Amino acid sequence: MSDTKDHLQELTEIRSMMERSSKFLSLSGWAGVFAGIYALTGAYIAYQVLQFRPQQLMSAEATPNGAGGILLLGIAVLVLAVGTAVLLSARKAQKRGEKIWNGTSRRLLLNMLVPLLTGGILILVSLSKSLTGMLVPLTLIFYGLSLFNVGAVTYRELRSLGIVQIVLGLLSFYYVQYGLLFWAAGFGIMHIIYGIYIHYRHER
Amino acid sequence: MKITINGINKAFESRVRLGVMSALAVNDTLDFNALKEFLDVTDGNLASHLKALEKEGFISVEKSFVGRKPNTKYYMTQEGRKAFNNHLNALEQLINMQK
Repeated sequence: MSDTKDHLQELTEIRSMMERSSKFLSLSGWAGVFAGIYALTGAYIAYQVLQFRPQQLMSAEATPNGAGGILLLGIAVLVLAVGTAVLLSARKAQKRGEKIWNGTSRRLLLNMLVPLLTGGILILVSLSKSLTGMLVPLTLIFYGLSLFNVGAVTYRELRSLGIVQIVLGLLSFYYVQYGLLFWAAGFGIMHIIYGIYIHYRHER
Repeated sequence: MKITINGINKAFESRVRLGVMSALAVNDTLDFNALKEFLDVTDGNLASHLKALEKEGFISVEKSFVGRKPNTKYYMTQEGRKAFNNHLNALEQLINMQK
C-alpha cells in the first residue's frame, strides 16, 4: 500500500512540529566558540593589564585601578558574546526558515534572564561592598544556573554545561586566588568545547 | 466526531490542524501569533482551523488582557489529548501492519 509513506511522513511532521514549537534549535554552535575566545582574551586582559588578582573574597587591593575597569571589561565581553550569538543564531534561523524572535526564543530569553539578572545585581552589590573576590564565583554560578534552566528549551547538552559552570564556580569560591583560571576554564575553554560539540552534533 | 475503523481521526486530516495539535501537545498554552509563526499560515486560515478544532472540543480558548491588548491563548483539552494520542497510535499501527 502506498499509504505507509504518507503515514510515516505524517509522523515525521508531527514530531518536527513538537520539537520546533517547544525548543529553540537555531542556537549556533559557533557562537559558543566565539564566546570562548572573547572570554579567554578578557581573562588575559584582566590578569595582565588590569592586574585583577584577588587573594580573598574581600580584597579591595585586587583592583588597584578601582572596580570600574574590570566591570567595563566584563560588560564588553558579555556584549560581544551575546551580539555574536544573536547574529549567528539569526543566520541559522533564516537558513532553517524560522524566525529568530518566536515563541521558543522568547521562552529561552525568559528562562535565561531570571538567574542572570539576579546574579548581575548580586555582583554589583558585592563590588560596591569591596567583595571583589566574589566576581568570579558569582558569574560562573549564576551563568551555570541560567544554562541549566535553558537546557529545557534548547539543546539538552546545555544542562550539563550549566552544571560544569556551577561546579567551577563553587570551586572558585574556595580557591579564590585561582579565580581567573576557573573563569577562563568555564567561560573560555568549556564554551569552545561545547560549541564545537553542538556544531558537529546538530549542525551538519 | 468522525472516526474511521482504524482510529484515524478525520479532524486531523488537514496539515494545519495536525500542526496545531502537535504544537499544543508539547506546550501548556500557545497564543495565536505563536501558532501562526510555527505553522506559517495566514490569520484567516489559522482562525478557521482553530474554530473547527474548538468545535470538536479538542482545544479550548483562554482570553485575557496583556495591558490593553487582548491575548488569546489556546490549549489542548483532555478530550483533544485523547483523540491526538489515538490518532498517533492508529498511525503507528497502520505503519506496522504494512511493514
